[in-house]
Amino acid sequence: MNIRVAHLYPELLNIYADRGNIAVLATRAQARGHALHVTAITLGDRLDPADFDLYYLGGGQDREQQLVASDLARRATTLRSAHDDGAVFLAVCGGYQLLGRGYRDTSGVDLPGVGLLPAETVAGTRRLIGDVLLSCDWAEGSTLAGFENHAGRTTLDAGAEPLGRVIAGYGNDGESHAEGCRVGRAYGTYLHGPLLPRNPWFADRLLSEALEHQTGRPIELSPIDDTLERAAHEVAAGRARTRGGR
Amino acid sequence: MRSLLLPAEAAAFRLLGSISRATGRGGGTTLPGKALWRVDPGAVTALAARLPDGVALVSATNGKTTTAAMATSILERRAPVLANPGGANLVSGVASALLAPRRSRRRAVLEVDEAALPTVASALAPHVLLLGNLFRDQLDRYGELEHVANRWEVAIRASHAVLVVNADDPRLAALARGRANAVLFGIDDPRHALPDLQHAVDSVYCTTCGSAYRYAAIYSGHLGDFRCATCGEHRPRLDVVASEIALHGLNGSTFTIDLGGASAHVDLAVPGLYNVYNALAAAALAHACGASAADIAAGLGAFSAAWGRFERIPTSDRTVLLLLIKNPAGANEVVRTLVSGEAPTTAVIALNDEIADGRDVSWIWDVDFEPLAHGLERLVATGSRAEELALRFAYAGLHRDRIEVVHDLERALDRGLALTPAGGELTVLPTYTAMVELRGVAAARGGLRDYWEADE
Repeated sequence: MNIRVAHLYPELLNIYADRGNIAVLATRAQARGHALHVTAITLGDRLDPADFDLYYLGGGQDREQQLVASDLARRATTLRSAHDDGAVFLAVCGGYQLLGRGYRDTSGVDLPGVGLLPAETVAGTRRLIGDVLLSCDWAEGSTLAGFENHAGRTTLDAGAEPLGRVIAGYGNDGESHAEGCRVGRAYGTYLHGPLLPRNPWFADRLLSEALEHQTGRPIELSPIDDTLERAAHEVAAGRARTRGGR
Repeated sequence: MRSLLLPAEAAAFRLLGSISRATGRGGGTTLPGKALWRVDPGAVTALAARLPDGVALVSATNGKTTTAAMATSILERRAPVLANPGGANLVSGVASALLAPRRSRRRAVLEVDEAALPTVASALAPHVLLLGNLFRDQLDRYGELEHVANRWEVAIRASHAVLVVNADDPRLAALARGRANAVLFGIDDPRHALPDLQHAVDSVYCTTCGSAYRYAAIYSGHLGDFRCATCGEHRPRLDVVASEIALHGLNGSTFTIDLGGASAHVDLAVPGLYNVYNALAAAALAHACGASAADIAAGLGAFSAAWGRFERIPTSDRTVLLLLIKNPAGANEVVRTLVSGEAPTTAVIALNDEIADGRDVSWIWDVDFEPLAHGLERLVATGSRAEELALRFAYAGLHRDRIEVVHDLERALDRGLALTPAGGELTVLPTYTAMVELRGVAAARGGLRDYWEADE
């Protein structure tokens, strides 16, 4: 089957490793006999939600984020209805902030958001930088290991669900022990490190949800050899435990 | 307070460095300067002011060590130059370099960390300030590129130095706009242009109006002959130009540097277009210091390698070729150069995640490793994040059976050497702290001296 991916603003939101995330999705899809078709959607391009199963938004530096924000906000209705329709969203770092209601950046400029995630972000003075490890209660306590580097402090609405609980690291704001945000099939996170290579279970979750969006029925993915992935995960998790959030 | 640093005082701070070395704490290259900067920062200014021909500073995210070493090689044809080899490029390292015995040295050429540049420039009042390039580099350490550029802009405005700038970098060309005492350098040889922009490039949007630049030629990353179709902003007229470039794989390159009125034919032993940029930058700096075209050609011709950057180290019956990789732009150029010649079939690649390497290893996913991966029969992945690197190559298309993970650097080097036929050369691509350690191991076997022994 073809899994149809819209990679939003790849030339602007690509601060680190976003290509890695896409490569992992493509390879793991292929290993199960599926193909990932990635379409770049950039400033001013037409976007038909009937064409896509999964939307990917990477992170950008402030300057690039400003260029993207208004174009993205114009698509808010389209993107929200795509989500209501069961499409999958993965938004990392700057993309996560813009998938919320908005972001006040370091220069005090208010950037509009899509409003798909119940979250708001305001830039803080000190950047939160370091290794991070999360536990995802919604996924039987599976862990996500990554790296965060953000000035934004993200506040979730009351009752909104984070992507994970912070075991080590800063997370959304360095205080609440919440990291990221999850609504339906939309996932936002500050884990900008190559999130998917070292967290293959999460990559598979996105793929099966994207397949389900297309076929309307649950799809089980066969297991593949993840020895290297698991080893990389362990090293990254260890890094977060010893030096995350400091 | 005017600082009067007595020779005895300078000697005392130097002694600290000797003690550090004698007690096995490494190079001791920064300790005396750190102490001096803390005790008496004015003394650093006074030391710089005593150099009759002044101070030239070299900063860039990529190539500053090599560029500074090349500029030194040129300028030393006339008189010995004070330098900071060994990568000690923070305030402490620069202060330590200035503490070294002056002998007949009339001038200093110092490489400076991009984040430390504002502080160092304000303390040293340089006569010449070279800005080589600004690539995405260790965001966990330096912050966003625009942030570095803004801090540079403030530092430059406060400085009277002759500004030597890579005008192929749009962000740097903008820094030099309207400045009377500026020397602009760049490449003019579209035969070496890349077919497309590489992955994850920055600074490709107009600094004036935000539109995407059109490039008549892209030479590396975002460096090239740029023009904005919307507002007309474009690469400024060049004062120092490299052209007629011939790249000879790993065996170096030849090219012509036009200095406006004179030209130098350069035969460079270090390879790749990125080293043409480094040499061109060094030539522009030397030109700003009054060097002749003949000295530029001779100085660059005599240059062999900077510490750990394309350095060949002989071990018993094999050679280790060390190529530092530290950020996407630099690693892309290393890969491009390696595959332009006889691409290696075995490589040792070391990924560490200490502060000096960048704790965030995600940058390896922004490197175009694919051309290198396609030619490899065996990869030894090593360093504290060896698995991450192994994964990167697996996703670059290298079969997992061909990847060995060996955490320990020395054992990985041994494994690589065992896979290399006698008389052959092993390609080693380490990040900074891995380079320092691997170089030490290889040097101990080949009888190479450490950098801090080279000049005493």
